[in-house]
Amino acid sequence: MAVSKRIVLHFPKRIVNRPVVCRLAKDYDLEFNILKALVTPEEEGLLVLELSGEQEEYDKGIRYLTQAGVKIQSLSQDVLRNEERCTHCGACITMCPSGAFELDPVTRRVNFYNEKCVACGLCIKACPPRAMEVHF
Amino acid sequence: MTKTIDEINEKIKQGKAVVVTAEEIIDIVQEKGIKKAAQEVDVVTTGTFGPMCSSGAYLNIGHSKPRIKLGGGRAYLNDVPAYTGLAAADLFIGANALPDDDPRNKVYPGEFNYGGGHVIEELAAGRDVRLEAIAYGTDCYPRKKLETWINIKDLSEAMLFNIRNASQNYNVAANTSDKTIYTYMGVLRANLGNINYSTVGQLSPLLNDPYYKTIGIGTKVFLGGGTGFVAWHGTQHNPDVPRTEKGVPKRGAGTLCVIGDLKQMSPRWLVGTSMLGYGCTLTVGIGIPIPILSEEILGYTTVTDAEIFAAIIDYSDAYPNLKPDILGEVSYAQLKTGKIKLKGKEVPTASLSSYPRAMEIANMLKEWIKSGKFLLTEPVAPLPGIESGITFKPLKERPIE
Repeated sequence: MAVSKRIVLHFPKRIVNRPVVCRLAKDYDLEFNILKALVTPEEEGLLVLELSGEQEEYDKGIRYLTQAGVKIQSLSQDVLRNEERCTHCGACITMCPSGAFELDPVTRRVNFYNEKCVACGLCIKACPPRAMEVHF
Repeated sequence: MTKTIDEINEKIKQGKAVVVTAEEIIDIVQEKGIKKAAQEVDVVTTGTFGPMCSSGAYLNIGHSKPRIKLGGGRAYLNDVPAYTGLAAADLFIGANALPDDDPRNKVYPGEFNYGGGHVIEELAAGRDVRLEAIAYGTDCYPRKKLETWINIKDLSEAMLFNIRNASQNYNVAANTSDKTIYTYMGVLRANLGNINYSTVGQLSPLLNDPYYKTIGIGTKVFLGGGTGFVAWHGTQHNPDVPRTEKGVPKRGAGTLCVIGDLKQMSPRWLVGTSMLGYGCTLTVGIGIPIPILSEEILGYTTVTDAEIFAAIIDYSDAYPNLKPDILGEVSYAQLKTGKIKLKGKEVPTASLSSYPRAMEIANMLKEWIKSGKFLLTEPVAPLPGIESGITFKPLKERPIE
């Protein structure tokens, strides 16, 4: 069974300089699409990936990453909307490059589609009541 | 057909008043015609919910033992400076105030995560707020330093007093420059990357009473979740602007100065707000009932988004440099589709006001009136109209020799 998931990888300082991600393609036949990368030599690194392939190989790939010392989080948990604070104004809609916010034409409420979110973070500070929260 | 406010109040007391929102009235009139609808409907409720910068609160903190004179000293609420140019125990906190150590735009664009608007929200939420003050000390007010938690429930008075709210209409903001700009109208991307607007259109109070025939000084309103009053016309009230045939202003026009008891209000309707690269403000919820005294007044409340136009202003040049140029006019119906055509380009649009929250306010006010909890008031004086000659004056700068 083929799977495609979006994950956040945290690289500790000691492995930032090692070629880790390329082995996902080479050894496990996984396709990866880099959605965001913050990698500075000698510092911690962060990579947001869309990773797809066969479930079995995917699991092996994740295991490899974990053993290599990479901390993995599922992306869908990373950008959250604080429903208490959101006023449904709409300021986020035009900020989002991936179309994760959509205005319901009838209720005029702003829907947030977590699965479309690429965790770029543009909405976080552009949200006037600060309802968008990023959890890395 | 004419009615008086007294007659409507009598019906409200008997639980017989017919109250509908400014959205519902559009269909009712289309179905029944203006004559019949004017006989049947007594009140149309309006609502708005958006960032309103000229908002603030007066607090009386009570007298400490020994006494301290805050007037002429310095005071901070959760590190945000409050104005102390008043008597010993009175303070004013403005929505735009920022902590002294906030980096502002030194790291551009500044985040402005906490300011006066947030303090007001916390007070309304009933949360403890840290008050720190220093004073110079007098014979009758000897104390020079104060550090204490305060809570709104312990204060004698806490009043929200906003000198400019509920703008009748507002600029639509665009950016024609080649870099992103950070404004009070939100983040505006380069080369007409997006457009932001900020009124709720057909639900907005003053767009439903374009000539201020029912809303005046003394009008009781929904303010921040409690009741308040129109205290005066707002600052920059500017009634004499281009209008449509039906009288709807096509530019920013009337504004309201409103006052109310902050103790009745709630953080759902007063939200501390941060505009990236610009500053802090307060998002305020206001709802105003319009008594249907005549067919003419009813006619105004049937205004639709397609009939309300606003000017598109370039916030990279015309706005900062106080130039009169506009990029064009656009209707709220067009803006609300999520995109408009401008200079041959399809530009995505977004709102800074919340239509769902404004709708909720109009519905709450409707329920308050229907249940007899909220009676209408007769204005004690009208707001200045076009004939008043009041205009929006730019600063007349005179060099100091």
